[in-house]
Amino acid sequence: MKKLLLASAASLALASMATAQEVKIGTVVGFTGPLESLAPDMAGGSELAMNEVNASGNFLNGATVVSVRGDSTCIDAAAATAVAERLITSDGVSGIVGADCSGVTNAMLQNVAVPNGMVMVSPSATSPALTTVEDNGLFFRTAPSDARQGVVMTEVIMDRGIKSVAVTYTNNDYGQGLADSFAAAFEAAGGTVTLVAAHEDGRADYSAEVGALAAAGGDALVVAGYVDQGGSGIIRAALDSGAFETFVFPDGMVSSALVANFGSEIDGSFGQHPGTDSEGASIFDTLAAEAGFDGTQPFAKESYDAAALIMLAMQAAGSSNPADYAGKIMDIANAPGTPILPGELGKALELIAAGEDIDYVGASAVELIEPGESAGAYREIEISGGEITTARFR
Amino acid sequence: MDFLNAIVALLNFVIVPATAYGAQLALGALGVTLIYGILRFSNFAHGDTMAFGTMITIMATWGLQSLGFTAEPLPTALIALPLGIAATAALVVGTDKMVYHFYRQTKAKPVIFVIASIGVMFVMNGIVRFIIGVDDQNFADGARFLISARDFKEITGLDEGLAIRSTQAITVIVAILTVVALFWFLNKTRTGKSMRAFSDNEDLALLSGINPERVVMITWLIVAALATTAGVLYGLDKSFKPFTYFQLLLPIFAAAIVGGLGNPLGAILGGFLIAYSEIAVTYAFRKVVGYIGPEGWSPEGMLQLLSTDYKFAVSFTILLIVLLFKPTGIMKGKSV
Repeated sequence: MKKLLLASAASLALASMATAQEVKIGTVVGFTGPLESLAPDMAGGSELAMNEVNASGNFLNGATVVSVRGDSTCIDAAAATAVAERLITSDGVSGIVGADCSGVTNAMLQNVAVPNGMVMVSPSATSPALTTVEDNGLFFRTAPSDARQGVVMTEVIMDRGIKSVAVTYTNNDYGQGLADSFAAAFEAAGGTVTLVAAHEDGRADYSAEVGALAAAGGDALVVAGYVDQGGSGIIRAALDSGAFETFVFPDGMVSSALVANFGSEIDGSFGQHPGTDSEGASIFDTLAAEAGFDGTQPFAKESYDAAALIMLAMQAAGSSNPADYAGKIMDIANAPGTPILPGELGKALELIAAGEDIDYVGASAVELIEPGESAGAYREIEISGGEITTARFR
Repeated sequence: MDFLNAIVALLNFVIVPATAYGAQLALGALGVTLIYGILRFSNFAHGDTMAFGTMITIMATWGLQSLGFTAEPLPTALIALPLGIAATAALVVGTDKMVYHFYRQTKAKPVIFVIASIGVMFVMNGIVRFIIGVDDQNFADGARFLISARDFKEITGLDEGLAIRSTQAITVIVAILTVVALFWFLNKTRTGKSMRAFSDNEDLALLSGINPERVVMITWLIVAALATTAGVLYGLDKSFKPFTYFQLLLPIFAAAIVGGLGNPLGAILGGFLIAYSEIAVTYAFRKVVGYIGPEGWSPEGMLQLLSTDYKFAVSFTILLIVLLFKPTGIMKGKSV
């Protein structure tokens, strides 16, 4: 008994020493797979926040944050689960930023995070199904649910006077969730959805899919897919066969790869992705440029905010134990308190240490609603002259 | 009633893409059928042989392009094709010496060859991914369209556009030339005749002094040429990705079996049959019927037999039906 007590005391001391020196935070995004062109900037955002916290020296009595990267693959639930398992049991992370795609996020959450009591803050999983998932209060997202994106996309399309569209979606949780919520919103607003058809990623040829969509008709084609995968294949086939000339791009499609693939061929097409014109956004873009990555890429800002929320909540709880700080995330993100913008994480840590309230605004104007997801501000884009241009913010 | 628009819509979305796809499948199936006829096994490594040949051609294309050499308005890959064929020939002949030769010496059962070819498939799979990576590679250059949908609409004044990509036209032309050359070789030359004799009756061929190793060697050379050509045409028309070439194995085998394994004419017929069924069964005919029907009327439903998700299921179904009712295939090949 004495030995056991000694051993547990020693391991406790070791454990607390470890927390005083080093807190590991995982960043799990799809470095390979259909969103690989977005992943480096997302990881850049998350690590920018960690470096900022380290530079301030105010975090949990001088602890440093160490980033551990993991590859979610975006589509392979088994691989993502294994990565989450590794991060928690072998690397010993205290929180996870990620994952990026909805399907793997759900798999990681159900199979690993909830059983291990680990906090996950996803910067980009947008499936409406994640709103209602059993998460024991451990799951948050700085991206809005696609139920909201469906409504915003309806407004964007209706404002251009387009009343009839065809929809194609990538055959997974993200695509189906977005397509369903959009179709419901569009029809409720008096529009016609001529056809909702799935496409599989990773095919060489999409002429049959486009043939069916063309037969259904419509003034524009909504492509709820991935730019590095079938989404681009669908657009290529539609342009080649002259089936559609105007495309609507939700968040998975808006990327510099889109204009690199098609240039001015898709002029006049439009879309939206979570984004904001808040003061924080421009500050973040500058910080990102200094750190050497592109802060304007979709979800880079949300990734910064996800990492920042985890660290600020740890500071508020005075502990890096997920069970202690999970409950603090909503308080940190919302009013009342001093607004915190990117680059002010050091100040925020000091305020929290002094016992004051903060309202984390961050790069993407974070406002979390129950059950822990972003309320959702969107950037409406338009392709003109082979460039992605900002039309307005909604 | 608007027959012209109906025909153009059908051409644009069904007939033109299916013809190009059918030509690619036919070339692939010819390779499979030749191996089956002469070496007497189903070569599962065929899709990856295509991928290997295409990869070499792509790299040669990049080399030519970086030297500033292009074949405007034709794709540069056509010039690089012979190099791809040569490299693939070296690969398959080397594989034969290292793997299949041993099993021929021991007079192994066909099923052993099939399993060995699956092993070869995984090795080739790995080589291709190791060298060029798993991503999409687009290597088509030169003129993109023979006629684009927009131009067609402007010229004819029809509502429907007809797009013919230059790669589709090249595919069909190259496929025709290749098939003509192959049939001339098989029917008119001494070597070709000895190959057919070997295929028809091995013992009789051996008795009449045909050298089996030579026949096998020439078969592999032809198969390398066919596989590389099919792979490059498919890659030009669509895009090159190792995984899709692996998936192509199913429709190619379906084409070869439906046509009658070991029968070259059957392989071509099978290729087009599979391609047309895959596309026609999953096409939504609403627009076409709408044009043919009375003015201002269009059908309520999509008139689509199967959703496009089931494209691959079509090959499977045709395969099953043929195996059930006519195991030797439409053109009387060897039974499986």
